[in-house]
Amino acid sequence: MLLREVEYARPASIPEALRLLAAHDGARALAGGQTLINVMKARAASPDVLVDLSDLQELRGIELSQDGTVEIGAMTTYADIIDSAEARARPILGEVCAQIADVQVRNRGTIGGNVCSNDPTNHLPPVLVATGATMTIAGQNSERAVPAEEFFLGVYMTAAGPGELLTKISFPPGKQDGFASVAIGADGTCIVNAAASLDGGSLRVAIGCVAAVPVVVRPESADPDAVKTAVRGAELDPPSDVHASADYRCHLAEVLAARAVEQAGRGS
Amino acid sequence: MDVVVTVNGERYERDVEPRKLLIHFLRDDLSMTGSHIGCDTGNCGACSILVDGVLVKSCMMLAVQANGASIETVEGLSQDGELTPLQQAFSDHHALQCGYCTPGMLMSATALLRANPHPSEDEIRRGIQGNICRCTGYVNIVEAIKAVAE
Repeated sequence: MLLREVEYARPASIPEALRLLAAHDGARALAGGQTLINVMKARAASPDVLVDLSDLQELRGIELSQDGTVEIGAMTTYADIIDSAEARARPILGEVCAQIADVQVRNRGTIGGNVCSNDPTNHLPPVLVATGATMTIAGQNSERAVPAEEFFLGVYMTAAGPGELLTKISFPPGKQDGFASVAIGADGTCIVNAAASLDGGSLRVAIGCVAAVPVVVRPESADPDAVKTAVRGAELDPPSDVHASADYRCHLAEVLAARAVEQAGRGS
Repeated sequence: MDVVVTVNGERYERDVEPRKLLIHFLRDDLSMTGSHIGCDTGNCGACSILVDGVLVKSCMMLAVQANGASIETVEGLSQDGELTPLQQAFSDHHALQCGYCTPGMLMSATALLRANPHPSEDEIRRGIQGNICRCTGYVNIVEAIKAVAE
């Protein structure tokens, strides 16, 4: 497939990348490209300038602090997360990354690209919201921290605005997480998914694929009936398509939320 | 844009439009048609190659992104007309019918066996999960890889 004409730059530093992103209205950061290249083929996105982040080593890597906080650079691939001893401090991360697509995509796809594209069927947005992750967003003259719950704004839209760059994602200490999904084939696109976390003293569930952004539910207890009641209370209004009707998605949301909470309770 | 790559040990330098996908660069600019285009949507894996030793789908990468990289394609597997043990096993086990997926299957299996010389059947199946075959039902492909792994 021949893409629309596009300019290409591969900056050597984050400031240079930010300058390039700010200098062109139609500029877009290119991470692993496992979503962006495809949507460019479909002409669903037609950036004028691609700012390739692949040389920015400071955006890659996983650090584990003494208190158990896991910091992951935005350009870290799924494969890196799966193989990382540091990321195992929050086991759900590698476990979910191993369910994304296939070997080739996991080798190139990045955690930052996944969440910045914010396709509502992606695996990681609900995980980030449920675990209470914090996103660091760099602008030309500033840096700010945004809770994951406020990062996802709409379909393909996040708090990382034009001229800005998601640089890293921090996960607070914790091991009591869960994730459940029904996907189209093994490791395929999710029809509905749910992530849950019992860390930090409260139960938080985030449901994906049912709205433009992950839907947060806070059940009163980890009891499956309480979880299902809480999901029902969220009055989800998911889309219908060839894979599932809206009613079936609502049903899956309840069941998968309960499964994710059950796994969280076991401590993964 | 100037792109310099090493493909199967040989250096190539070409002027490339940034919008050109790596698979088209290999097939059209370098006339290496071993890597196939199946779906062009990142699903089928027929265009799988190794870039700096990492298995990727070359339809989901721009040629300019490969600047400076060392690339391995199916053309680089056999040496002096001698098939690799994996290629021979594909032949021995009838692991192909139409052969369209075979270049990608071979590269995925090559990457798998380098990282894990003795994979279980489950690991083999997960190793080729990014490669679709519409002829064989995968059984003989898995058998061929298993034969080399043992």
